[in-house]
Amino acid sequence: MKARPAYFPLSLRILHWLMAPLVIAMLLIGVGMVASVSPRHAALVAIHKPLGAVLLVLVLLRLTVRLSQRVPALPGEIPAWQQRLAHASHCLLYALLILQPLVGWAMQSAGGYPVVLFEGLQLPALLAPSVWLHGVLRGAHGVIAYLLMASILLHLAAALFHGLIRRDGVLASMTGGRLPAAAPASPPGEG
Amino acid sequence: MTRSTSAPPNLPVRLAAIAVAVGGLAAAFGYAAGWFSPQRLTPARLVDTLEQNFGVHPAYRRNHAKGLCVVGHFQSNGAGSEVSRAALFARGSVPVVGRLAIPGGNPAGSDGAAPLRSLALRFLPEHGQEWRTAMNAAPVFVVNSVEGFYALQQASRPQADTGKPDPAKLAAFFQAHPETGAFREWAKTATPSSSYANSAYHGLHAFFLVDANGRERPVRWSVQPVAEYQPIAAQQRGDADFLAAELHQRLARGPLRWRLQLTLGEAYDPTHDATRAWPAHRRSIDAGELVIERAQAEQGGPCQDVNYDPLVLPDGIRASDDPLLSARSAAYSESFNRRTREQAALAAKEPQS
Ligand code: HEM
Ligand code: HEM
Ligand code: HEM
Repeated sequence: MKARPAYFPLSLRILHWLMAPLVIAMLLIGVGMVASVSPRHAALVAIHKPLGAVLLVLVLLRLTVRLSQRVPALPGEIPAWQQRLAHASHCLLYALLILQPLVGWAMQSAGGYPVVLFEGLQLPALLAPSVWLHGVLRGAHGVIAYLLMASILLHLAAALFHGLIRRDGVLASMTGGRLPAAAPASPPGEG
Repeated sequence: MTRSTSAPPNLPVRLAAIAVAVGGLAAAFGYAAGWFSPQRLTPARLVDTLEQNFGVHPAYRRNHAKGLCVVGHFQSNGAGSEVSRAALFARGSVPVVGRLAIPGGNPAGSDGAAPLRSLALRFLPEHGQEWRTAMNAAPVFVVNSVEGFYALQQASRPQADTGKPDPAKLAAFFQAHPETGAFREWAKTATPSSSYANSAYHGLHAFFLVDANGRERPVRWSVQPVAEYQPIAAQQRGDADFLAAELHQRLARGPLRWRLQLTLGEAYDPTHDATRAWPAHRRSIDAGELVIERAQAEQGGPCQDVNYDPLVLPDGIRASDDPLLSARSAAYSESFNRRTREQAALAAKEPQS
């Protein structure tokens, strides 16, 4: 096997830590706004749509960088089935992150709404109006949101398990901190 | 890569830290979603209370359920562009899809008994920037908060035996909500119009118009009928279904017209309270003519699948601090989601209907 870096490239680390709080915020904003009738509802919707569009751009950018860069391998002692599971969970996260904003945009189009990000900036409709598609996509937007939240909770638990219990450098590969035992193969910031 | 093979020190503390982090995030999500506050007023509870009062009528709006679609255009005279940069106020013609209706969540409600009529409009300028507004014939709204709206629905719930609201509950509601005074005063003296075509319709809420220089002015809009107002006739009062037929008769003779009035507020005119009218003699701009050319049944008509959400606004019109705007937007979305889901399910069952 060719040597793999100990850290994620800086670009991917920046994108990961920029997106992580924003995605969590989007999930809280989303469930908060659909459960609110106060002026908070309108204020949150006004954040939700443009921020969702920004996250779509960020995840597409991130995927492009990811596919063109070498990333750390998981520690060799981890059983193969667990490695595959970890890999699958990351693929799932990427898939949900790409799907969710597209579904949000498409569902608004199918509902016949203008997709206004802010005053004066409107996205084109992804779909022609259709009550059937609106219903399907509105349902999907909610289901994907809960799947995403559940995956993030598992992801967080796994990351902290690596960082606090196994102390095997997996958490550090994304945070850029000192790796536990071996000196880093490439110092943080070089990726 | 190497890793520590031994168990880490303070293992229980570390495990607890993980549990706190994961549990804390899950709790934050649940808190935002309202899992821990079942008493929170949500769009779903608002729409539920309408359903409790009027019943569930699949595929129909949960309020203003009985209505019909109208199609025409707005002939702008350009006067509105002095105060708003919205494209639709430039001189020219903009297609309009509207809906005339009576209040209440019962699609078989009686026209003759309806206290007012409503008009919802969707302006569709060529290059996006659409504007939606849903207006009522009353010049002020009955309540100024969503809690008030909810309490009014609760107080006016039909009783099982009489089918009518409990007068004592209604009286108690009005006692506790003095802001309803202006509306009740209006309702005492106003007589509903004899037709959809000869009623004025008011946007009620204040908004802000934004001009080309970014200057903002408070505004309330209304459409004033060109046809002369006539009070509802005695025999119409007992007629459950005359408004649509009467409208078709008028349209057979020619288009129906309203003037769009933009009434500008001055400093200290309230913008957050739909129960308080502005002083008379505020400057009013006549922005042009709304022309309705044809009408069509709602089922399968161009207004059926439209959510006349009052926060669908073009650049050049901005929401005010009226809390009802956000409440309406949230509740209309919930009502729209329910009725369009039902409509899709019904269509799947009976492809011919
Ligand atoms: C990362 C991206 C996004 C996330 C994580 C997200 C998350 C959510 C969540 C959790 C909800 C509440 C769902 C429910 O409880 O049923 C929601 C609702 C909603 N989302 Fe998103 N969303 C995203 C992107 C978008 C985009 C790009 C748009 C549109 C341009 C959008 C439009 C909406 C709308 C309009 C609602 C409320 C629908 C209603 O009132 O019925 N979302 N979103
Ligand atoms: C909340 C705290 C979080 C921590 C501590 C964390 C930690 C980590 C770590 C250590 C990795 C590297 C895993 C490996 O090398 O196998 C990683 C990867 C990843 N994380 Fe997170 N993460 C967090 C939140 C999030 C969130 C909210 C998202 C979703 C937006 C996310 C999406 C991802 C993805 C997609 C990967 C795979 C990266 C790749 O292979 O390109 N993470 N995370
Ligand atoms: C918090 C206060 C209010 C609530 C909860 C509420 C609720 C609703 C609901 C659920 C609908 C059905 C929407 C749909 O399915 O598309 C509706 C329709 C309507 N409402 Fe309200 N409403 C409120 C205040 C107002 C006010 C202040 C006005 C007058 C300016 C108004 C005028 C209308 C009109 C005209 C319609 C019919 C729209 C159409 O024809 O599609 N409502 N309302």
